[in-house]
Amino acid sequence: MKFNHELVEKNIGLLGIFTVIAISFGSLVEITPLLFQKDTTEPLDGQIPYTALQIEGRDIYVREGCYNCHSQMIRPLRAETERYGHYSVAAESVWDHPFQWGSKRTGPDLARVGGRYSDKWHEVHLIDPRAVVPQSNMPGFPWLAENILDGELTGKKMSILRSLHPNDDMYTDEEIADAQQVVEGKTELQALIAYLQSLGHALK
Amino acid sequence: MADVMTNFWSIWICVLTTVVILGCIFLLRVCSKNTTGVKEGESMGHSFDGIEELNNPLPKWWSYMFYITIVFGVIYLILYPGMGNYKGLFEWSSSNQSIRTLDESKAAVVQALKEGRWVQYDQEVKHADEKFGPIFQAYADTPLDELVLNKEALKVGGRLFLQNCAMCHGSDARGSKGFPNLTDGSWLYGGELATIKTTIMNGRNGMMPPKGGLPIEDSEIKGLAEYVVKLSGREHDAALAAQGQGSFMKGCFACHGMDGSGNKFMGAPNLTDNAWLYGGSRGAIEQTIKNGRMGVMPAWKDVLGEQKVHVITAYVYSLSHKEDKE
Repeated sequence: MKFNHELVEKNIGLLGIFTVIAISFGSLVEITPLLFQKDTTEPLDGQIPYTALQIEGRDIYVREGCYNCHSQMIRPLRAETERYGHYSVAAESVWDHPFQWGSKRTGPDLARVGGRYSDKWHEVHLIDPRAVVPQSNMPGFPWLAENILDGELTGKKMSILRSLHPNDDMYTDEEIADAQQVVEGKTELQALIAYLQSLGHALK
Repeated sequence: MADVMTNFWSIWICVLTTVVILGCIFLLRVCSKNTTGVKEGESMGHSFDGIEELNNPLPKWWSYMFYITIVFGVIYLILYPGMGNYKGLFEWSSSNQSIRTLDESKAAVVQALKEGRWVQYDQEVKHADEKFGPIFQAYADTPLDELVLNKEALKVGGRLFLQNCAMCHGSDARGSKGFPNLTDGSWLYGGELATIKTTIMNGRNGMMPPKGGLPIEDSEIKGLAEYVVKLSGREHDAALAAQGQGSFMKGCFACHGMDGSGNKFMGAPNLTDNAWLYGGSRGAIEQTIKNGRMGVMPAWKDVLGEQKVHVITAYVYSLSHKEDKE
């Protein structure tokens, strides 16, 4: 059988296979090597895994769609590093599944927001942003203060995270066993603030 | 530090990239040839709903553009990094991305300069430092009491304030509930230039525990609040305040002073000046006594660096000393 255009044009399965091969080259070149690089797979020295409460906070961050307006990736541009701090490095996100780099900044970047404001400020600001920043167009999230966490799944989340990074000693069995107790009864607001305050301390 | 790819992955990238580029050339050449056995411009011998397919060649402008992108790609890969560990003739890079500590980051900047490599971000910072560095250095070399008279410096400080401090203290620096007003001349930790600078550099942690950590009953709070109202020189219920004074003597004076005028070393507020961080109503005062207040001012030393804090200090000082500027 002669191999020609007509053959591929008339056989949708074959066309599909060739298409996949053609578009996979980019990923094979640009992504696969990164899966085997220290820079992109190993945490920094002294990088601290999210605590039980911070994990819950992170899930609330994702649930509320914070990433729609806030990025967590400081690019190597002076205008950004002057405002947000040292540019982000890949290792800082190795424990993030999925990472929260984002691609839109209606609000400021949050990659190094940890420690910049007090817990109290975050509390006031999350409930009603305009109470502290009159010009803000961020929506308020008052229900976070009312919703209480039960922590039922926290331990499970931790053990899954641990299983994804078997070499990093992320959590001890006790920490996982105690997770629910730590989280139970805390408000979603407390969890989210704990998460926000943890961001960006790894690069020292 | 910079951990380069192993040879395997470097070769992997080079081979695949080359294969793709050669593949593009091959595909383009094959498709440019007439292999159908039909003359150019004539019908391929089938029609769909009356629309005939003609054997037309690839448009010339299109295939030339394709060749140009291939040539561009090859030149790019020679000049810039792309082929595995090959750094490119320009030795250009956008940043020192493989650094793993801040010290490594600083060392990488020096190293790149020494090797004459062009790191885009480092260059950008270097140019900015050359331009703004001397200005900040001159401010840093000026004692604060002189700097507060420098209008330019105050303008710079104002900009930095808006960018970094206004989120809590407000763009007019008048603060809001729980976040101090910086314009009213009332200071928790002291309003001297050196103290303001220390506050910004290292931050502050307020430490009023619930009921001051004292054996005060809930039933005493009402009286205590009335006494605090009296201290601030407002109209009050004398009998209730006298009762509160007794509670005050259980230990409140240890931080707030016998006369309630506070203690700036600990950041214990002056209760007699009628300036209220958390509100001065009886209800707010009762809340404060009952639940305590733990105001936090974050440390800015590592975020802004001493030079910028120096300028901001002058600006903050000027906010409550408007007459000095005239």
